[in-house]
Amino acid sequence: MKHTGAEILCKSLILEGVDVIFGYPGGAIMPVYDALLKYPKLRHILVRHEQGAAHAAEGYARVTGKPGVCLVTSGPGATNLITGLADAMMDCVPLVCISGQVSSELIGNDAFQEADVVGITSMATKHNYLIDNPSEIAKAVKEAFHLANTGKPGPVMIDFTKDAQFAKTEYIKNLEVDLPGYKPVTKGNFFQIKKAAEEINKSKRPLILAGHGVLISKASSELLSLSQKADIPVACTLHGLSSIPNAHKNYVGMLGMHGNLAPNVMTNKADVLIGLGLRFDDRVTGKLDKYARQAKIIHVDIDPAEIGKNVDVEIPIVGDVKSVLEDLMPLINYANHKDWLEEFDKYKKEEEEKVIKVETKPRTGKIKMAEIVSCISSSAKSDAIIVADVGQNQMITARYSTFLRPNSFLTSGGLGTMGFGLPAGIGAKVGRPEREVWIIAGDGGFQMTIQEMMTIVQENLNVKIAVLNNNFLGMVRQWQDLFFEKKYSQVHMQTPDFIKISEGFGIKAEKVKERKDLINAIGRARKHKGAYLLEFEVEMEANVFPIMPTGAAVDEMRLE
Amino acid sequence: MTKDSNLSTIIVWVQNNPGVLFKLSGLIRRRRFNIESLTVSHTEKPGISRFTILVRGNKKTVEKMSKQLYRIVEVVKIRESYDKEIVARELCLIKVDTSKKEDRSDIMETAKHFRVKVVQIKPKYTIFELTGNEDKIDAFYENMKKYRIMEFVRTGRTAVFK
Repeated sequence: MKHTGAEILCKSLILEGVDVIFGYPGGAIMPVYDALLKYPKLRHILVRHEQGAAHAAEGYARVTGKPGVCLVTSGPGATNLITGLADAMMDCVPLVCISGQVSSELIGNDAFQEADVVGITSMATKHNYLIDNPSEIAKAVKEAFHLANTGKPGPVMIDFTKDAQFAKTEYIKNLEVDLPGYKPVTKGNFFQIKKAAEEINKSKRPLILAGHGVLISKASSELLSLSQKADIPVACTLHGLSSIPNAHKNYVGMLGMHGNLAPNVMTNKADVLIGLGLRFDDRVTGKLDKYARQAKIIHVDIDPAEIGKNVDVEIPIVGDVKSVLEDLMPLINYANHKDWLEEFDKYKKEEEEKVIKVETKPRTGKIKMAEIVSCISSSAKSDAIIVADVGQNQMITARYSTFLRPNSFLTSGGLGTMGFGLPAGIGAKVGRPEREVWIIAGDGGFQMTIQEMMTIVQENLNVKIAVLNNNFLGMVRQWQDLFFEKKYSQVHMQTPDFIKISEGFGIKAEKVKERKDLINAIGRARKHKGAYLLEFEVEMEANVFPIMPTGAAVDEMRLE
Repeated sequence: MTKDSNLSTIIVWVQNNPGVLFKLSGLIRRRRFNIESLTVSHTEKPGISRFTILVRGNKKTVEKMSKQLYRIVEVVKIRESYDKEIVARELCLIKVDTSKKEDRSDIMETAKHFRVKVVQIKPKYTIFELTGNEDKIDAFYENMKKYRIMEFVRTGRTAVFK
């Protein structure tokens, strides 16, 4: 029996286990939207802007481990996705995005709502397709899912012409993936793993740097076993957060520009660094020629291009973190690094005294972002999925949330996309409806994708939103304060009445101005059956510390 | 072979899909390499094309870029090659003004010296064809510069492994 290209697309998506699509209809994708009515297994979530669809799909993908799916129309529908694609590309998030394209006879003629999607998305996707024949769509979907979620995950775009959506052909189910150039190595080279084990066993001052790769490869328990067996401290990158329970005695904090003092400083004292699924990007390394010169670096990553890209590596291991750790564990000796671990405490105490106490337990003045975050985190017993936007709110959320289980913290790390938080939180709740989801955003980023509030209402999603309002683009203001002689340029922001706006959308909201109301307000939000927005009036000109200024080394962090 | 130590030859085998050239050149552009020459052709394997890319840059950055080229799904294999490992050639066509009698014999003498093939002789011009490595073509071009070159075109490097 023959099916239309649009029907074959739906069937192929169901075959890949898709149950949710984030999308927005339009002219060139109408045959697919028509076909969707016949496949109720595919739940469609109508966003309010295509960028929202991409970030929601990212949120969904990151909490479920399954590729997020977007469906948009041609031209502006597809170009509105680009920021989300670039975001997913940087943060290794598996997405499969389908855009309608004008009919094949019109392509290249500047037709209405035509854009060169394959051209435009080439640099922001792992791979892309232009499908103008219905007999090619099933294979493209199969390959797209394989590409999106194997190796280093990433977004894949399928541009699907309207005539191919209409045209009929046979649906062939059991297709083989045929990608001769794509063979990601998952199993690490045993000789290299042996060398790594020898270095780790010899080491007196080892330090594990856990990145996003640990979560992507579901290697949290292997990470924990390695850390416990050889008694090695674990520091996380921004995206590595929640790969190890924060309460564990070997967890020493977050790396990076606004990370914790101890793991950053101790990076330059370790004799062996064990990098697991991280990119050693500039926010983590600080000044490269002063980064860990004394240490032997073992770098495990599934993408060979990542190894040696930024730092010189003694022992490169190309492979999946989980698989490599499984092979490594039997070669690792039990060890005790009590003295080395105690060295972290000195810096931990210093940061505790000079920064953390001041930020989380102030007695006077306006509410601080850190008290809100730590109150939310502890009210939810460290078990919520926390989604941070970008900026000061993001760094504070990363610093002051605590996590007990994997995939509990989402943010836009690589691209740093303001406006990511709200739609990503939607995706996270859709993917994990049983978990409490908190979206924490600043007043700037919240206004970038605020239209997705209506998606929350239409889908009846129980997400909690905390807007940390300081009437500033806080992070840019902080940099102008610290590095541009406090000359403020376009960072002061008037904000609308968020409470009225929220209520206008149909989401219950309240404003919190006083410290004493914090706990109760957060309690009311949590108890409320449905979405809830809390707007916090926070200290206007607070800076996030510690900070590793641009050009400074990891051991040159400023505490004030 | 060329003596310029900053030139590297990268040979890339790709699945011959539309858009591969765009993706490869895009990635090279992103790393801010200038492509000195690029040739593409079919190979002995159906569906597989071969790029010979000559880029300028130090060995380490070229190596990093090659690794990133592997991220392109269609890329099947990459070899960065040193001059001693390959036999490389390019072809040039040059159209020189030979209307002046007094130049003609000198031009022909030089052409003979370089073992250049004469493709066409007309009263106003002569077209030469020369195959060889870049230095040989450069040298011939330099010698012709004192006459009026009407057109000059070269294919860029193509190479096989020894």
